[in-house]
Amino acid sequence: MTAMDQPSPADQAIAADHVIKRFGDGDSVVRALDDVSVTIAKGEFFTLLGPSGCGKTTLLRCIAGFETPTSGRILLSGRDITREPPNRRRVNTVFQSYALFPHLTVAQNVAFGLEMLGKPRAEVSRTVDRMLSLVRLDAFAARRPDALSGGQQQRVALARALATQPEVLLLDEPLSALDLKLRKEMQSELKRLQHETGITFVFVTHDQEEALTMSDRIGVMSAGKLLQVGPPREIYNRPVNRFVADFIGETNFLPALVEDGQVRLTSGEVVGQGQGQGRVTVAIRPEQLHLALPGDGGAIPATVEGSTYLGTDSHVQLRLVDGSRLVARVPSQPSGDLALPAGTQVGLRVAPGAVQVLAD
Amino acid sequence: MAEPRPFSVTRLPGFTAIAITAFVALYLPIITIVVFSFNALSSMSQWGGFSLHWYREAWANDTVQEATIRSLLIATVAALVSTVVATLAALGTTRQGRFRGRTAIYALINQPLMVPEIVTAVSLLIVFGAIRQATGYQGLGYLMLAHSAFCVPFAYLPIRARLEGMDRTLELAAADLYATPLQAFRRITLPLLMPGIAAGAMLAFVISLDDVVITEFVKSAGQDTLATYMLGQFRRTLTPEVNAISTALLALTLVLLTGFFLITRKRA
Ligand SMILES: Nc1ncnc2c1ncn2[C@@H]1O[C@H](COP(=O)(O)OP(=O)(O)OP(=O)(O)O)[C@@H](O)[C@H]1O
Ligand SMILES: [Mg+2]
Repeated sequence: MTAMDQPSPADQAIAADHVIKRFGDGDSVVRALDDVSVTIAKGEFFTLLGPSGCGKTTLLRCIAGFETPTSGRILLSGRDITREPPNRRRVNTVFQSYALFPHLTVAQNVAFGLEMLGKPRAEVSRTVDRMLSLVRLDAFAARRPDALSGGQQQRVALARALATQPEVLLLDEPLSALDLKLRKEMQSELKRLQHETGITFVFVTHDQEEALTMSDRIGVMSAGKLLQVGPPREIYNRPVNRFVADFIGETNFLPALVEDGQVRLTSGEVVGQGQGQGRVTVAIRPEQLHLALPGDGGAIPATVEGSTYLGTDSHVQLRLVDGSRLVARVPSQPSGDLALPAGTQVGLRVAPGAVQVLAD
Repeated sequence: MAEPRPFSVTRLPGFTAIAITAFVALYLPIITIVVFSFNALSSMSQWGGFSLHWYREAWANDTVQEATIRSLLIATVAALVSTVVATLAALGTTRQGRFRGRTAIYALINQPLMVPEIVTAVSLLIVFGAIRQATGYQGLGYLMLAHSAFCVPFAYLPIRARLEGMDRTLELAAADLYATPLQAFRRITLPLLMPGIAAGAMLAFVISLDDVVITEFVKSAGQDTLATYMLGQFRRTLTPEVNAISTALLALTLVLLTGFFLITRKRA
């Protein structure tokens, strides 16, 4: 575990401590959060990643105070806030639907939180001006939200939530309603805002690429459980189990045998080192497989079954002698032609350290 | 190739004829009253030229003046009281999630729509009669109270519709931005609810203005509203003065209902 995994108490922004949230009762009970514990450091860009219905929004709502955990605690800077109402938590939310107040102007929307905190009028208008220039909407202060584009509304929602300088900002899939180009723009905009304000961001997405590029750390969720927490590289290169490996990026899963720290495929070849003993599943990323000539020393013999051209590279579908199938990612040549018709015999090399032994 | 055409009522034989007959039946009597209210003669069948004579006549009549003031006073009080009650009822029924007995509450709120008006009128006559005897109070309070009560469901409907169409996330966002529940209500919910409340108040006002049955039973001597005054006139000699009052009442109602539709249509 790296130092980032367990921030010291002084550095803790928000923490969930064995949080369980059940909905409904009797036969129809749903465990939306199943014993979730995580500590997020001050100033961190933390991303919750997981498939639809895995409990991401529920965790955010528990942190914001819209939902009370069935059991467990929520801590803000080490203080227990589990039973505090939302208006008493220094935590703000950027809602997926933005939830801008339609009857107020952009400036009034941004001023709302400051006014509720009883800030003096002069300070409110100064902060509003600063926030609007931070999100580059100075010219739109007097407009109503319905006279703004989706991206502009998004930025108003951000300015409104940042204006009161919360300890933590929660963002529930804030980019999912935007088109691809705007999405990319807002991704860097978000990173810039987080950098400039130094506020802790807890960001929800089910887009793994977005999570990998933006986050300091990622928490991968499935069915109410937090499966793995770590920096993007660690999540990608050292997935703890099959779900995480499968959810993040593309992966080949192969049955294997571990003996004395050696990982041996069922086709017979030793492909790397690994912990454990006996039958396991290993994961190898397609870009960690390299094609060689058949019979090349130590290369795994394989047969080409087909290939898919993807521009910068091609996916080559392969079959090993024991019948297991996998995919290799081969960089495109200037000539553009891969010249690997189905049936070609090739050798496969696995990059050193590329083999992941999975827990299940 | 002919596309299969969906069923359309407009293609039934005789549709146009039936539609025209229906419109004539609905509007001809009203148009007649309006036209003859401007008649210079006191005849209901003979046109003697345009004149505002009957409006002047009606307005010079002290009884009509008093009845008008009484009608407006009662309608104003009824609209205010019923709108406040309806707003609270709407908040209670839409903001608590599902709870046991919600259907029963709906039924209670809409009671005036379901119980025949004549039954309510007779019951009120008996109850208010007893109170009159016990307290000696003879004022307009009985009418105001009765009107406030039967106007509640009319004010309730547009307010509830507006509340149900409102995005609950907005209230969460307000709480998230440090608003107490009361502040969130005053700064967010209430302003967004205002069109519904205004529409409810207008509808209640019109309903109160128009009421005959309950008013006729509840009023004391000398407490005629415009509607019951007109009813009284029909029992005696019919003068085109009643046409003029009807037309004025119709104009006021039309203005209010137009306002109602404009408000409820905006931002659907
Ligand atoms: N108020 C509720 N009542 C009952 N069940 C609920 C409620 N809110 C959430 N759930 C259930 O809890 C589970 C987690 O829901 P949640 O909204 O947290 O998922 P999510 O990860 O945010 O999904 P998505 O990516 O689709 O937004 C789901 O199975 C959902 O049906
Ligand atoms: Mg969600």
